[in-house]
Amino acid sequence: MSATKTLDARLIGEASDTSDESTRLAHEPAAERTPAPSVPLIKRIAALFAAGPVKPGESYGAPGQGRSLAISVVTAVALIGLWYIATAAGWVAPLFLPSPVAVVERFWEVLTQGFANATLLEHTGWSMLRVFGAFALAMATAIPIGIFMGVNRVARGLFDPIIEFYRPLPPLAYLPLVIIWLGIGEASKVVLIYMAIFAPMALSARAGVRSVAIEQIHAAYSMGATRWQVVRYIILKSALPEILTGMRIGIGFGWTTLVAAEMVAAQAGLGFMVLNAAEFLVTDVVIMGIIVIGIIAYLFDMLMRFAERKLVPWKGR
Amino acid sequence: MSRLQIHDVSVVYPGLNGGEQVRALSNINFTIEPGEFVVALGASGCGKTTLLSLMAGFISPSKGYLTLGDSTLEGLPRVACGVDLEDQITGPGKDRGVVFQKHALLPWLDVIENTEFGLKLQGVPKRERRERAAAFLKLVGLEDFHHHPVYQLSGGMQQRVGIARALTNDPKMLLLDEPLGALDALTREVLQELLLDVWKETRKMMFFITHSVEEALFMASRLIIMSPRPGRITHEFKLDFNERFLECRDARKVKSMPEFIQMRERVLSIIHGDELSGGMH
Repeated sequence: MSATKTLDARLIGEASDTSDESTRLAHEPAAERTPAPSVPLIKRIAALFAAGPVKPGESYGAPGQGRSLAISVVTAVALIGLWYIATAAGWVAPLFLPSPVAVVERFWEVLTQGFANATLLEHTGWSMLRVFGAFALAMATAIPIGIFMGVNRVARGLFDPIIEFYRPLPPLAYLPLVIIWLGIGEASKVVLIYMAIFAPMALSARAGVRSVAIEQIHAAYSMGATRWQVVRYIILKSALPEILTGMRIGIGFGWTTLVAAEMVAAQAGLGFMVLNAAEFLVTDVVIMGIIVIGIIAYLFDMLMRFAERKLVPWKGR
Repeated sequence: MSRLQIHDVSVVYPGLNGGEQVRALSNINFTIEPGEFVVALGASGCGKTTLLSLMAGFISPSKGYLTLGDSTLEGLPRVACGVDLEDQITGPGKDRGVVFQKHALLPWLDVIENTEFGLKLQGVPKRERRERAAAFLKLVGLEDFHHHPVYQLSGGMQQRVGIARALTNDPKMLLLDEPLGALDALTREVLQELLLDVWKETRKMMFFITHSVEEALFMASRLIIMSPRPGRITHEFKLDFNERFLECRDARKVKSMPEFIQMRERVLSIIHGDELSGGMH
């Protein structure tokens, strides 16, 4: 951002923006700068929780601005600590809430020896295969269909009622039907997850297409663009941020549907492992399975956010 | 040389929810001669932008027709059917470059990619289009910013890119829809001078819309004043303040000439009259 300011300064006459630099520095409170090494420890810790410097160019005073990482870390640590204390002091029976240590031990045990005839890696592998397989299928179909719905009224009329009808249904409601149609093999599991991912992805792609600025389309036409060039060079590009958001939302739906998909006739999988453990009241495996699913989903979301920053750096500008 | 002619053009927008029709433009007769810098000035709702959209080919007239040289201008089809994607569409063409107020640059492309975009659409080889784009970026003073992302540029610099992009296509005329409206006063004056320099350099036909009386007087070879309900041209003035500036290079001197101030008062009173009568409706 400061680079832009210098750019301005170099343009003779467009000097109006250059004064910002000095005013901004003058306004910055000293307490919000990185503390020097001589500052006492307590103050340095306190600084971790301070709002921190806002990005240059952002206005002061907007509600909710500033850093929140330190607060999140402390919250997580406090929750785990509370969990530990509650179990160590015997407030809750291990059947309902096993201690964190037991869960970690169980994690190691399932990792090395397995649970329900499969190791943790096998369970994880099967689940990821199902979720990411469905995700890939959805990407290959939902995104083109969503775009098509955006640029073509016939396609919109065709797909809109179908998607809008089944989208709010809970996957468990149509799971029996999917099993009647496709049997109890892998196909029904992947299709169930696929359907959960498809709707948000297609609707995001469609919304992305509709969000393109009419000025950009008009400008392209004025430069001699054909219809196809407008779709390819303008519409697809400006829909990209929303398509990526749709992918993030979609994969989230995929993980939430996983356990339902693995309810019937699965031999392995994280959802199956959790369900199986629950039947035998092996609560530590249940908790461990939940945490593993959560961590994988979170890591993938981080990856998607990284991809977003790399692929659509103009988003929100 | 080709001129732009508007023959008895009216534009009627259908009323919302079956309401009364809106006559955006009524019986416009008007010609832009080659090399002319025409500025349209008027209160909001007087049809300035509708007139520009007609010239650009975004819309068709309800009555009358427009010609540029020998060809008749048409608007975009009312309903775009998605089947004929390869078709060259009717309406806008690369012979009429448009500069918008904002939001028209492509943020996924850098400065030079935006500038050469029209040539890319036409399949001009990369080396040639880079060269031509670079020449126009130099003309607007952006020769050092080829690879900057456009969304990091200031408003003034973005408009410079918009002007260079329109010029790189080598259009017969440039249509500018309040291109300086969103800029601060200082940047605005710099870009006014820049546009006059571009005009002097290329002598393209210009059609420039503005809300600012001073800007209109400073830029125009011919000033048209428009009036709302229905949109029509009420006054026309031939001016030469732009030529005077190009001679003396001193905008403040031109803008403080007695003739300039006199003209400004006259135009202001015309527009204020419109706004007062507009308020009576």
